[in-house]
Amino acid sequence: MKVREVLGRSDYALISELIPAGARVLDLGCGGGGLLAWLKENKQVEARGVELKRELVQQAIARGVTVYQGDLEASLAEYPDQAFDYVILSQTLQETRQPLMVINEMLRIGSRAIIAFPNFGHWRVRLSHLFSGGAPRTALFPYEWHSSPNMHYLTVLDFEESIRSQGWTVERRLFLSGHISGTVLPNLMAEVAVYMFRR
Amino acid sequence: MITETQYAHFSSLTLDVGETLNDVQVAYETYGTLNAARSNAILVLHAFSGDAHAAGIDHEGKPGWWANMIGPGKAFDTQLYFVICANVLGGCRGTTGPSSINPATGQPFGLTFPGITIGDMVRLQKMLIDQLGIARLLAVTGGSMGGMQALEWAVAYPEAVEACIPIAATARHSAQQIAFNETGRQAIMADPDFNRGDYYDKTPPGRGLSVARMIGHITYMSDESMREKFGRRLRDRQEFSYDFAADFEVESYLRYRGTQFVGRFDANSYLYITKAMDYFDLSAGFPSLAASLERAQSRFLVVSFTSDWLYPSYQSQEIVNALRSRNHDVAYCELSSNYGHDAFLVDVGEQTGIVTGFLARCAREFRTPGGRANEGP
Repeated sequence: MKVREVLGRSDYALISELIPAGARVLDLGCGGGGLLAWLKENKQVEARGVELKRELVQQAIARGVTVYQGDLEASLAEYPDQAFDYVILSQTLQETRQPLMVINEMLRIGSRAIIAFPNFGHWRVRLSHLFSGGAPRTALFPYEWHSSPNMHYLTVLDFEESIRSQGWTVERRLFLSGHISGTVLPNLMAEVAVYMFRR
Repeated sequence: MITETQYAHFSSLTLDVGETLNDVQVAYETYGTLNAARSNAILVLHAFSGDAHAAGIDHEGKPGWWANMIGPGKAFDTQLYFVICANVLGGCRGTTGPSSINPATGQPFGLTFPGITIGDMVRLQKMLIDQLGIARLLAVTGGSMGGMQALEWAVAYPEAVEACIPIAATARHSAQQIAFNETGRQAIMADPDFNRGDYYDKTPPGRGLSVARMIGHITYMSDESMREKFGRRLRDRQEFSYDFAADFEVESYLRYRGTQFVGRFDANSYLYITKAMDYFDLSAGFPSLAASLERAQSRFLVVSFTSDWLYPSYQSQEIVNALRSRNHDVAYCELSSNYGHDAFLVDVGEQTGIVTGFLARCAREFRTPGGRANEGP
């Protein structure tokens, strides 16, 4: 599929398929602005991003994407209510200090949140821990215990529970294993989960 | 590229203090070519001691103050854009200022020159842009005081500004910035040659102006850049003189820069322009900075530098946060540099990358005055 080839990351590909033309989009932790640049070019969205790393911010601005250099969690409060149609948080939720605060802010400043996260419940993660006895290390969780940027480990099961308790309304659930999406036993089979939801 | 300074004349200019200046002259230079749609004009605004000569080389072989940013293939690419730079009101490099002749008396204004503001400078620039037949600028940009003017442009003439790029700037001076300016002013006024600003047919207050400039230069550099550039190295000697000569390289450098400044800058202009900077507050007359910036219709690129302690990043972030709170289109990057406030003039590699990309996008999405946005393909 073309989009997936261009973007390289399957979560980006799925997200790009969820967003309609002309939408107002904020990408939190947008990196070098790859997804936003693609959405701008192909879907004429109004694109904004937040990124902490200076080199990535420079890359994004140089390619014509509006990116603000700042800490994701600290930056959310400045945005007015319902400024965006979609607020994206891709592969970063597990690195935030206060994930629920972040999600609730996303739903304050945008009408829909799109969140992609690596599933800690994937069978490879479980096997890695079961057989090694050490903290799981897989392609998606490649870090030593002391150098991981991840603050919180969550599974599809955990996230479903949060959705229930917070009362969010899920509009799309997508589960990825490699570049293949499927829905069978997601907590076991999905490497990456993508949720689109609203208040 | 040999550049030519041009002059525009206006019969009068109304100032924020309520007075009117008559027979106002503006010195300006232009680079590149204005396109048929008049949609590629960029107004570059100079910092405190700059002038209209921003790019290329003048007849004396002197490069423009932003020659590394403006020119063919540079950030402000003169093959694509029509770049304009004018000396500010109150200056001493061709635009009407305190050293100009007061048409009412036939004598230089000196301290009879009315108090001026950043708003007045921008109002005069708008008259020049109108005269050049440009309804909407692709961009207004500048560093330091140039960035303050760029912000004033975006708020005072929202319909005339497609993109605003304030670099190493602030929406208002802090107590520390006012304090440094005041110290410079007092150095000038304490010079016996100052003579209450009436020195144009006598010896100018060069010692005071030189000290003021020395202080300025310290604030433009960083601790690190001074350590790298001078350290504790001695100047043309192996031992201390114990007689207050310029023992250290840094002393010699500051004295040189101070003396050199006296040859090209007017002490009264120093007083008027620094005061205009101190008075500047983009939020004045509004409930908040965000409320004033709400008037703006520009896309913004705000840039600051890690080692700039004179215009620290928090001041740029204040502008950016105010813009974000009103959902403006604002990109922001704090570039890494050891050069302190001078970075926007000397450390332009990374600055070039982001300005180039931002401008290319703004040119693509240029909204014709009164018309609809030309959004995307």
